[in-house]
Amino acid sequence: MSAGVMMLRGALGNRSLVIGLVLSLVFVGAALVSFAWVPQDVGAMDIPNRMQPPSGAHLLGTDHFGRDILSMIMVGARTSIAVAVVAVVIGMGLGVPLGLAAAARRGSLIDEVIMRGNDLVFAFPSLLIAIMITAVFGPSAVNAIIAIGIFNIPVFARLTRGAALSLWTRDYVLAARVAGKGAVRISAEHILPNVTNLLIVQGTIQFSLGILAEAALSYVGLGAQPPIPSWGRMLADSQTMISLAPHMAIFPGMAILLTVLGLNLMGDGLRDLFDPRIRRARQ
Amino acid sequence: MLRYVLKRLVSLVISLAVASLVIFLAIEVVPGDPAAYMLGLNAQPDTLAALRDQLGLNGTIPARYLSWIGGMLTGDFGTSYTYRTPVADMIGERMWISLPLALYALSLSTLIAFPAGVWAASRRGSAVDMGVMGVTQLGVAIPNFWFAMLMVLVFAINLRWFSAGGFAGWEQGFLAGMKSLTLPAIALALPQASILTRVMRSSLLDTLSEDFIRTARAKGLTRRQVLWRHALRNAMIPVLTIIGMQFSFLLAGAIIIENVFFLPGLGRLVFQAISARDLIVVESVLMLLVFAVIVVNFAVDVAYAAVDPRLRGRR
Repeated sequence: MSAGVMMLRGALGNRSLVIGLVLSLVFVGAALVSFAWVPQDVGAMDIPNRMQPPSGAHLLGTDHFGRDILSMIMVGARTSIAVAVVAVVIGMGLGVPLGLAAAARRGSLIDEVIMRGNDLVFAFPSLLIAIMITAVFGPSAVNAIIAIGIFNIPVFARLTRGAALSLWTRDYVLAARVAGKGAVRISAEHILPNVTNLLIVQGTIQFSLGILAEAALSYVGLGAQPPIPSWGRMLADSQTMISLAPHMAIFPGMAILLTVLGLNLMGDGLRDLFDPRIRRARQ
Repeated sequence: MLRYVLKRLVSLVISLAVASLVIFLAIEVVPGDPAAYMLGLNAQPDTLAALRDQLGLNGTIPARYLSWIGGMLTGDFGTSYTYRTPVADMIGERMWISLPLALYALSLSTLIAFPAGVWAASRRGSAVDMGVMGVTQLGVAIPNFWFAMLMVLVFAINLRWFSAGGFAGWEQGFLAGMKSLTLPAIALALPQASILTRVMRSSLLDTLSEDFIRTARAKGLTRRQVLWRHALRNAMIPVLTIIGMQFSFLLAGAIIIENVFFLPGLGRLVFQAISARDLIVVESVLMLLVFAVIVVNFAVDVAYAAVDPRLRGRR
C-alpha cells in the first residue's frame, strides 16, 4: 500500500478529523456560496417582517430590521473566515522565520532578542492590542486582523523555534553543515519541511481562536463595522432583544460554536494523523 | 534561588519599560496631535492650545514619556479629559468590579477543573473520561459572551434567579455583590475551566506513566494512594503555570463579559473612553492590564522555581 493510500485510510478512520472537516467545510462552503447566492439580500430591510421566528420563508427567522438571518450568517462567515485566515497568515509569515532564525542562532543575541520580544507580545492579549489599535485608528475589520495577527506571531515563533532546536541536533542537519550549507539554506531545506505538520496543526488551532477573537471584537464594536454583517455584531444587536426574539441570538452563536468546534476537532484529528505516536500514547 | 529571582526581576523591569514605551508611542505619538484628535475637527485654536498645555504635550517626547511614567509610579495617572476627574480614582473605583470578577472566575475554573481532570484521568478511556473530554471540547469552542447571553435568557429573564445585569454595589453587602458577579464569573470561567481540565488530565496521565509511580505501586500502595500521594503533587507544575497564564486572560476577558452584564468595570471604562476619545484613560487602563499580566507571569515563574529547583538553571 502506498503512503498516500495509508494516509487517506488513516484520515477516514479518524472520527474527529472527519467530523471536524465536514463541519468546517459546511461554513467555508456557506461563505463561498454567499458570493453567488443568498436566500435574501442582506442589505434589504423589511421592517413589517422583523424579528420573525424561523419559518418556511426565513429558515432561521429575521432580525430587528427584517433581514434574513440565514443570509446574514452566510455573509458573516466570510468576515469571520477572512479575518481569521489572514491573521494566521500574518502570524505564520512573521513568526515562522523568526522562530527559524532564533533556532539557527541558538543562544545568540538574535535568539535572545526574538524570544524576549515574543514574551512581550504575549503580555498583550489580542483584545488589548485591538483596543490600542482602535483607540488610535478607529474600529475596522482590518484592525481586527492586525490585532489577532500580531497575537499569532509569538505563538508560531515559539512553536517553530522549539521544534527547530531539536532538529538542529539531527545527523542529517550535521551532514548538511559538513557539506557546506549555510544556516538559511539548512533552515529552508531541512528544518522547515520537518516542522510543516506542526505548523498545519497549530494553524488550524489559531484559525479557530481567530474566529472566536473576531467574534468577541466585533461584539464589543472593535471589529467589522455595519453594514458588513459579522457574527459578533449580530450577537451584539440581538442582546437587547433576547427575550423577544431569542432566535436572533441563538443562530449566530451556534454558527460560531460549530465552526470553532469543527476546526478544533480537525486540529486534533490532523495531529493524530501526522503523529500516530501521540495517539497511541494518549489512548 | 536569590540569583534566579534577581535575574527574573531585571527582566521584569525591562519588560515593563518596553511595554510602557510601546503603549506610550502607539497612543500618543503615532496619530499626530492627541489634543486635535480628542477635540475633533471643529476645535477652536485657543481650546486646542489649552488642552495641549493641560496634557503636557508641549514638552519633547522623552520628557513626556518620563513624566507619564513618573506620574504612574507615584499614583498620578493624569486627569480624564471627558470626566475631568483623576484617572487613578476612576480606575480604582472600577477595579473593585473587574478584579473580584477575574478572581471569582479563576476560583470557579480551578474548582471545576481540578476534580474533573482527576476524575477523567483516573478513569481513563471510560465513559466518564469521554464525557468530560466532550464537555471540555464544547467549553473551548463556545464564545463565552454568547454563553453569558444564554445564561441571562435562562437564569435572569426566564427563571428570575439573578438580575440580567448591573452591579448591586459592595455597600449592599458581600453576598449581594458576589451574586451580581456570579453569572459573569461562570461565563468567564467556562472556557478556562475546560482548558484547565484538559491540562490537569493530561499532566496527571503523564505522571501516572512514570517509573516512580510503578515503584510506588510495586511496593504495595493502592491506585488511590498512588494518585493522591505521589501523582497529584507532581502533576501540579504545568497546571500552576496555566492557572497563572489564565489570570491575564481572565482580566482581559472580563472586559468583554462586563459588556454583556452592563457591569461598570474596567471594560466599560475603556470602551467608553475609546468612543469619547479619552486617550489618557485608554492609555492608563492598557498599562495597568499589561502590568498585571507581566507581574503575574513573573510571580508564577518564581513560584515555579521555588517548587522545582531544576527550573532555576534554565532559560
